[in-house]
Amino acid sequence: MRELDVKVITENVAEMCKEAAYYLPEDVYNGLKRGRETEKSEVGKIVLDQIIKNAEIAKAEDRPYCQDTGMTIVFVKLGQDLHIVGGDFTQAINDGIAKGYTEGYLRKSVVGEPLFNRVNTKNNTPGVIYTEIVPGDKLEITIAPKGFGSENKSGVKMLVPADGVKGVKKAVMEIILHASMNPCPPMVVGVGIGGTMDRAALLSKKALTRSIDERNPMPEYAKLEEELLELINSTGIGPQLGGTTSALAVNVEWGPTHIAGLPVAVTICCHAMRHSHRIL
Amino acid sequence: MAESIRITTPFTEEMSRKLKAGDSVLITGTIISARDAAHKAMTEALARGEKLPVDWTNQIVYYLGPTPAKPGDPIGSCGPTTSGRMDAYTPTMLDQGIKGMVGKGSRTPEVVEAMKRNGATYFAAVGGAAALIAKSVKSYTVLAYPELGPEAVAALEVVDFPAIVVIDCEGNNFYEIGQKPYRNFDMSKI
Repeated sequence: MRELDVKVITENVAEMCKEAAYYLPEDVYNGLKRGRETEKSEVGKIVLDQIIKNAEIAKAEDRPYCQDTGMTIVFVKLGQDLHIVGGDFTQAINDGIAKGYTEGYLRKSVVGEPLFNRVNTKNNTPGVIYTEIVPGDKLEITIAPKGFGSENKSGVKMLVPADGVKGVKKAVMEIILHASMNPCPPMVVGVGIGGTMDRAALLSKKALTRSIDERNPMPEYAKLEEELLELINSTGIGPQLGGTTSALAVNVEWGPTHIAGLPVAVTICCHAMRHSHRIL
Repeated sequence: MAESIRITTPFTEEMSRKLKAGDSVLITGTIISARDAAHKAMTEALARGEKLPVDWTNQIVYYLGPTPAKPGDPIGSCGPTTSGRMDAYTPTMLDQGIKGMVGKGSRTPEVVEAMKRNGATYFAAVGGAAALIAKSVKSYTVLAYPELGPEAVAALEVVDFPAIVVIDCEGNNFYEIGQKPYRNFDMSKI
């Protein structure tokens, strides 16, 4: 059986936290450039110019793209034929987060307890870690730091089957209109449809790890993504101060659900749609 | 869009009243950072009848929690945070003499009323443009609540810090004005 030492996991997670914070993925950068070409608002153009310039500075100088370097979401696919050795797997990931956020001069934005005693943990741990056991002997890690300007505007609606496609569109648009200019648009919108309330939310997060240029493989969902994008871009929200580039993409993921339900979750991501991906 | 208006601190009510929603500005001088925890601490101190650690008369507050500075830099990445989270505390803080606020996103009607009463202006910096904005910051000095880390109250010396007037002291709101021409959305047509 293949073995992987936890030290390797920690080192890689640390590097990935820094990469994600500094380098905007190319698909998102190109999406911003396309938005700049088509944007109709003069103020919107100025805002997009600043955002594009910001991405270039962050990349050239290894600086955080945004000061909110997020709560660290970690998607793990663990091959069932891989043996993790040398320590605790979850601890290894959190050690990597602590190392990356400290060495990389990233902001530590996590409090240990949410309500009564909000004390900063000072190293951005713990991360939000989702582990899936899959065939094979590899470890696949995706780091997706999530800022809370946009996370605070995300939401879930529990629809019923009779609500159908129209109901889904209305539910998404209600969340988008409520969010308006607050989540730092141009947004990237992750939508999770089906499952349970929590599964829908997770699907909406996973949707954001897909390239903005890649549509859902099922034609019906691909069409829904395009129609939702058009609706969002007709709201006037634009790049923060009004305009036509409100969102760069809508990514929809779906899952099996109950005969009585149609959960819909929307995770809004700002233009800082950051992630880093490695297979160990 | 017209050329940017240069403003320098201290930022008086007279200067504030000249600005209109949609104006593009470049701020030079000292602005003071404060966000969630600092606002809570300051309003609690006022409620106890204590003096604030900073004189806010004619100051511009910046809703900010920067990343740590790399060695040799005055500050890390330092874009605006969501202003709305400060709304519950803002009328009290405006009554302390603040004349300008820099952040991002909408404000409550209570804040807008307090702005009109005090002749204060609300500016937006571009949300997420944090590495770019850092270029206009020349120094960062913690003034109070150092235990709050990135949430500490600090003085930032800035040169040509770019911002846009979103809500002027008459209550005109550029978020509404700027969106309107491009809104072609009707929920009932879905």
